[in-house]
Amino acid sequence: MIEIKTVSKWFDDFQVLTDIHETIERGQTVVICGPSGSGKSTLLRCINGLEPYQKGEIIVDGVSLSDPRTNLYKLRENIGMVFQRFELYPHMTALQNISLAPMKVRKLSREKAEKKAMDLLERVGIPDKADAYPANLSGGQQQRVAIARSLAMEPKYMMFDEPTSALDPEMIQEVLDVMIALAKEGMTMLCVTHEMGFAREVADEIIFMDFGKIVERGTYEEFFKNPKSERAKEFLKQIL
Amino acid sequence: MFNAVARNIYFLLGGFGVTLQLTICALVGGIALGALVGLGRISRNKWIYHPITLYVNFLRNMPLILVIFWFYFVMPIIAGRPLNPFLSAVISFIIFEATYFGEIFRAGYQSISKDLTSAAYSTGLTYSQTARHILIPIAFRRMLPSLITQSIVTFQDTSLAFVIGLQEFVRRTSIVDNLEVRSIQLFGFVAIVFFIFCFTGSKISRYFEEKGRKLGMI
Repeated sequence: MIEIKTVSKWFDDFQVLTDIHETIERGQTVVICGPSGSGKSTLLRCINGLEPYQKGEIIVDGVSLSDPRTNLYKLRENIGMVFQRFELYPHMTALQNISLAPMKVRKLSREKAEKKAMDLLERVGIPDKADAYPANLSGGQQQRVAIARSLAMEPKYMMFDEPTSALDPEMIQEVLDVMIALAKEGMTMLCVTHEMGFAREVADEIIFMDFGKIVERGTYEEFFKNPKSERAKEFLKQIL
Repeated sequence: MFNAVARNIYFLLGGFGVTLQLTICALVGGIALGALVGLGRISRNKWIYHPITLYVNFLRNMPLILVIFWFYFVMPIIAGRPLNPFLSAVISFIIFEATYFGEIFRAGYQSISKDLTSAAYSTGLTYSQTARHILIPIAFRRMLPSLITQSIVTFQDTSLAFVIGLQEFVRRTSIVDNLEVRSIQLFGFVAIVFFIFCFTGSKISRYFEEKGRKLGMI
């Protein structure tokens, strides 16, 4: 369970997050949407301990991130993260990208790590690309490798930061399919995305953020069909 | 035409051997230390950033010959015994060249996106694992042409070690010249050898630059 308790964050004197309060139960899929600059990515980075926050508390499985005794490296093993621009290691093949962390962090043998990487490539549908370098993969393939890389650590939580917004339209679905399958298998997911189809299919809750605040929350039906706030109506008009 | 060279060829090549050894030690040490210095230069920890930056700025504004001299005369006072010229030269070169390699690495690290580093952390890799498996290899590949260019400069610089009496290539040539008095051919020979090595090096650098551009790494 991820508990976010009235978290606020400032970059110098500019406030990027204001009193964010949210609980994500195991097995849930939460979709975060909102205009750019509304603090969505920053929130994900805070949950992963990649950015500090100044007020409030984030607790992952009972462990507080702001506690100085918390080992953030250890905590991150349980939280996978997928980025907008894939961020694959350019000097490694797809297989090496996936097997690096299991070998170095989990101390798996090379054979075991590579076996696991192959299984994951199988699962995301591109086992034939094991020896390809990121530069020779399409955007959709790169993102699927990136998802496999996160899954290799067998995380309890997966966070997606606009995973399809840098992709050509014809490649979006192949990535969404992988994400939908993952959600249906019971993975706890936190996704920053504007993909309505994805939200409709798997989101348990949708959060709408604007200017660093959670403005509105609800199920797919509640949010997309009957937005309450003016900001959400305006935003939905733009993305629909 | 090269009769004086031919008469002393083994003695001269022995000197060239010392030059090569010095270059290799300086490069291995300088590049390894430089990779760490570069990390220090982008560190957000001020206790690491400021001392490293001071070290880099200080040595980069110092003539190399002064560093070699200074180190050779000061070290015996600190260590309590005289250092042999080769070891003294190697250490001076490593700490001097590491500042130049460090700045090249720094540029390489800064070309790596923040999210790529975050991606590595998000899989549970620690800072040192991320540095060792992600940052250093990527920066090394991207900056390879500059690293080769700086390596050529280091190779040329090693001749300055003659000031502390190290019998490297140039020093030995001048010893032979004192006996033979054939300055033009002797130093002409040195020039040709240096040229061949450095020119080959710059061609290799070009090759990697082209290759890097084709692979989309630069």
